[in-house]
Amino acid sequence: MSYISAKDLSIGYDGKPVLGEIHFQVEKGNYLCVVGENGSGKTTLMKTILGLIPPINGRILYGDGLKKNQIGYLPQQTELQKDFPASVEEVVLSGFQGKMGLRPFYKKEEKKQADLNMERMHIGGLKHKSYRELSGGQKQRVLLARALCAANDMLVLDEPVTGLDPKVTLEMYDLIADLNHLGITIIMISHDLDAAMKYSSHILHIDKKLFFGPTRDYQSSKQGNDFLQTLKEEEDD
Amino acid sequence: MIETLQEYLQYDFVRYALVVGVLIALCSSLLGVTLVLKRYSFIGDGLAHVAFGAMAIASVLQMTSFTYLMLPVTVLAAVLLLRTGNHAKIKGDAAVAMISVASLAFGYMLMNILPTSPNVSGDVCVTLFGSTSILTLKKEDMILCILLSVLVLLFFIFFYHKIFDVTFDEDFAKASGTKVNTYNTLIAIIIAVIIVVSMNLVGSLLISALIIFPALSAMRLFKSFKGVTICSAVISVLGAVFGILASILMGTPVGSTIVSVDVVLFFLCRIIGRIGGKG
Ligand SMILES: Nc1ncnc2c1ncn2[C@@H]1O[C@H](COP(=O)(O)OP(=O)(O)OP(=O)(O)O)[C@@H](O)[C@H]1O
Ligand SMILES: [Mg+2]
Repeated sequence: MSYISAKDLSIGYDGKPVLGEIHFQVEKGNYLCVVGENGSGKTTLMKTILGLIPPINGRILYGDGLKKNQIGYLPQQTELQKDFPASVEEVVLSGFQGKMGLRPFYKKEEKKQADLNMERMHIGGLKHKSYRELSGGQKQRVLLARALCAANDMLVLDEPVTGLDPKVTLEMYDLIADLNHLGITIIMISHDLDAAMKYSSHILHIDKKLFFGPTRDYQSSKQGNDFLQTLKEEEDD
Repeated sequence: MIETLQEYLQYDFVRYALVVGVLIALCSSLLGVTLVLKRYSFIGDGLAHVAFGAMAIASVLQMTSFTYLMLPVTVLAAVLLLRTGNHAKIKGDAAVAMISVASLAFGYMLMNILPTSPNVSGDVCVTLFGSTSILTLKKEDMILCILLSVLVLLFFIFFYHKIFDVTFDEDFAKASGTKVNTYNTLIAIIIAVIIVVSMNLVGSLLISALIIFPALSAMRLFKSFKGVTICSAVISVLGAVFGILASILMGTPVGSTIVSVDVVLFFLCRIIGRIGGKG
C-alpha cells in the first residue's frame, strides 16, 4: 500500500469543485513535485491531502505507516497573523506540538533540534527576534525550520523558495534533497520547473489534462514538453 | 489616605475581596491575546450577554448563587457558538449577534415581569455593570470564584504551548496532527468560565474590556508570546488592585473603576511603546 493514494478525487471549496478526476500515488521516499499555473488548484490539493478541507468527491487513502503527526507543512506565504506577538524560537518550537500529545512542555532534545533547524536555515541569530518584524524571506525560513521540526515522515511544501535569495534557494533545494535521501517523503509545489526536473522523482502536472508519473516520463511526454516550452518562451519575452 | 486604606485592610472581607479581584483579573488577562488574535472578541461579548440572560433567570428563580446556572448555560453557549463559527464562516457573526441581543432582551424582560426586589433597575444595573462595591460580594460566590480561577490558571499553564500553536497557525497545527478542534472547544469553555467569574466583578457589559485591554497594552510593549502573556497578567493585576482600592476610597462602582484604570494603563503602554520600541 502507498503512503498516499487518490483516485477520481475532486477537490474544491464549499461544495464547489476547483479540480476533478485527480489520481496519483505517493510512495514512501518519493519526491513529488506538483506543477501548474496560478489558480490551477495546487494549494487546494495540498490542503485536501493534509485534511484541512474535505474532498468534494472521492477519497484519499493513507497507508504504509504514514502517521499524521509526523508531517511537516509549509503553507504558501499569506499575510499570516500580522500582529501576532511571537519570537522566532516560539514559532519554530511549535513545530513539535503535533507529536507531543498531552505533554505540556518541550524537552531538552526538542529545543536542541529546534536550534539545529534554525542553524540549517541560517536564522540562528534571529532566535529571540520578533516574528512579525522579519522580512518576507526571513519569515519563510522560520516557517521552514518549523516544518522541519514536525517532519519525521513527510514534508509538504507549498512554494518553499518564494522570497528566498538565490544562494539560500540553492541551499534549500540541497537540504530538501538531503532529507529525501534520509528517507523523508517530499511533496512540493513549485513554479521552478528546472529544479523540479532536477530533484523530483515524480511529477503531478495540474491542468485541463492531468499528468502524473515519474519525472523522466514527464520530460518525454507531450504535455511536459509543451509546458517546458511555454515557460521558456515566457522567459524569452 | 493611606490611613483610611490601612483601616479598611484590617477587615477580613476587604482582604478577601482584594484576593478575589486579583485572581479574576489574572485569569481574564491570560486568554486576552488569544481572544484578540483569533477574532473571538465578539464571541466574548456575546457570551457575556448570554450570562446576563442566565443571571436574570437565576435571580427570578431566587437561586442562592447565580453562578450555578450561569456557568453551564454560558459554557453550552460557548461550545455551540464555536461550532457554528467553524462550519459556516460568515453566519457565525450573525448567530452571535442574535443570541447576544436575544439574551439581553429576554433577561431584561424577565426581570421586569417577575421582579424579585422593588428596585428592578438597580438589579439590572448591577448585572450589567457589576456590583457597586466588591465588598457586597456573597461569600459563596467568592469561594466559587477562587476555585474556578485556580482551575483556569492550571488549564492555562498546562496548555500554554498548545494555545500558542492553535492560535498562531491553525492550519499548520492541524496538518501536523494537533487536535485543533478539541483545543478550540476547550478554549471556548475556558473563556466561558472566565466570563462567568468576571461577571461578579465587572458585570456583563464591561467583561470584554477586562479581558482585552491588558492584552492590547502588553502587545505594545512585548514581542514574544511569553512576554506579552506575562506582561498582560501583571498589567491586569495592577489594574485590579488600583481599581479596587480606588473604588473603596472614592466610593465608585468597582467594575467601571477597574476598567478605567485599564484604559489609562493602555494609553501609558502605548506611549512607552512609541518611545521605547519603534522610535
Ligand atoms: N478559500 C477559498 N475559497 C474558495 N475558493 C478558493 C479559495 N482559495 C482558492 N480558491 C479558488 O480555487 C482555485 C485554486 O486555488 P489554489 O490556491 O489552489 O491555486 P494554486 O494552484 O495554488 O495557485 P498559485 O500558483 O497562485 O498558488 C482558484 O481559482 C481560487 O480562486
Ligand atoms: Mg498556491
